[in-house]
Amino acid sequence: MPDKPSGHDRATRRLWPALALPGTFWLIALFVVPFYAVMAVAFSGRINIFNEPIPAWNPLDWEFSSFGTVISDSFTPSGAYHEVWVRTAIYTFWALVICVAIGYPVAYYTARLAGRRRGLILALILAPWWINYITRMLAWVNLLQDDGYVNKALGLVGIPPHSWLSGSSFTVVWALAYGYLPYFIIPLFASLDRIDQRLLEASRDLGVGALRTFSHITLPLSRMGLVTAMVITALPMAGDYYTNTIVSGSPNTNMVGNQIELFLLEGPQKNIGAGLVLLLSLVLMFFMFYYLILTQRASREAAR
Amino acid sequence: MTVTERPAVAEVSAPIRTRVPPWRNPWRRPYVLATITWVYILWSLVPVLIAIQFSFNDGRSRSTWQGFSRQWYCCNEGSVFEDPSMFHALRNSLILGIATVIVATPLGVALAMGLTRWRSRASAVANGISLVPLVTPEIVVGSALYLVFVNLYHFIPLGRPAMLLGHVTFSVSYVLVIVRSRLLSIGGEYEEAARDLGANSLQAIRTILLPLLMPAVFASAMIVFATSLDDFVVSQFLFGSAENETVPILLYNAVRAAPTPALNALASILLVGSFLALILALVVLRGRRRTGEESALETLADWG
Repeated sequence: MPDKPSGHDRATRRLWPALALPGTFWLIALFVVPFYAVMAVAFSGRINIFNEPIPAWNPLDWEFSSFGTVISDSFTPSGAYHEVWVRTAIYTFWALVICVAIGYPVAYYTARLAGRRRGLILALILAPWWINYITRMLAWVNLLQDDGYVNKALGLVGIPPHSWLSGSSFTVVWALAYGYLPYFIIPLFASLDRIDQRLLEASRDLGVGALRTFSHITLPLSRMGLVTAMVITALPMAGDYYTNTIVSGSPNTNMVGNQIELFLLEGPQKNIGAGLVLLLSLVLMFFMFYYLILTQRASREAAR
Repeated sequence: MTVTERPAVAEVSAPIRTRVPPWRNPWRRPYVLATITWVYILWSLVPVLIAIQFSFNDGRSRSTWQGFSRQWYCCNEGSVFEDPSMFHALRNSLILGIATVIVATPLGVALAMGLTRWRSRASAVANGISLVPLVTPEIVVGSALYLVFVNLYHFIPLGRPAMLLGHVTFSVSYVLVIVRSRLLSIGGEYEEAARDLGANSLQAIRTILLPLLMPAVFASAMIVFATSLDDFVVSQFLFGSAENETVPILLYNAVRAAPTPALNALASILLVGSFLALILALVVLRGRRRTGEESALETLADWG
């Protein structure tokens, strides 16, 4: 044999890191470094002749005055961005409430009761994943126009037409829920699917009613799935700006994402935009961290 | 004899059936949940179907049906294939999608092999980094990439090169997740057997591991293509100037500006593109199902 086992093993040992290297390098150069660039711009203290911030690549040059302004303008009630943050929180909250109210029954039925139609229902629930998000919003813009099908249908039952697409919070919240529900249902489906049917049958055999079986068995066992689904949908919802622009387009419904897009792509104050990105990431990281603690606690309980 | 026995059976079963009110009967059919599920499915898909219907409208309206026509697809003034910006956007999307597949798939497959088989502290860190893009809101990824291209990587201009790098960055993580789940289910035994029979590591990968991974590799390539076609946020931050517009960007910019059914036609073409990619992926994964593994749809659901 040409290769001695020892040389062979050494080559193998080097092979796996070598395979992982290009991808790791790519992610460092185009994911980690860009995030550092956000900080370098957010903490920049100098501007160039176009009034644009000069990024401070050296942490020793970081100045926190503009980021401090972003924070105080976000958290004090009279601050310039306070309203936008509050609105983001409220919209995300109500959209999540709608997601739970619609998504839980749908996921439950699909996972546990759909029987032989399960494959079909699952396919139909997954279908929106592969329909472009902008297309799904465009579809609603068609329907919600002043002379669209929704107003025509309302007219049939005698309700006067409503202007849905000009700065209505109601439309934005429902559009967010509509947009993200497919992403909410699937993780929940996976966790409901894993519940052992025998536990539910045992509960029923012991004479427990359907509602109590649900609150004592199904809900606790699907809690982590529910939390996962909420995190998976809340993170992108909180950073969403396109839904809002498409179905409302009014500054009265602006969310944080709209503010970030405005500062980064349409104005010179990129340090403010970068500061908002940083703040949004910190807020979302806080929730992610809490979620990770929850999952770890859950897996520890499961191991016990 | 049977005639005399039948009433006896009815006597026994009838009282039981009447004693249990329907809401206490655990075996009743779940009509309420079934209704919610089907109403949800209709709500999630019918608007898109109506949007597709209006792409065939014989008139300029997107809310009043005026008869069937193919004029918004081809060969008429203002149709998708005659409107320069729409045709251009379609071409841009297609080129970007294919280029992303070509770069991201090998990168992700190598990364998955490396990270799965290489066990060390460094690989654990690389593992962590590679999954973060999956949970990072797109607006954070998009704005971070935008800031790094504008401020640090000056040699990569905004436009096609920057968009390609951005799309590959979020796609690598998809490939990684899909290929790794397959790698873990294959286990290391086949490569070990190949090496015991005298193959070196590279030969083992090429002749044993890659063929076994092929369905997952192909499926992830198709999913990368579909997600690249559908991406809006990263593209919007990086596209630079109008000649690099992709279909989602064009849809987003045009949807509020009194568009014609040609916009619906463009959205429908995009939809067909990503569904074709998805169906190809499902067909290949279905081949796996015959070998006794879980259904392709449920695999997809698990990746979610």
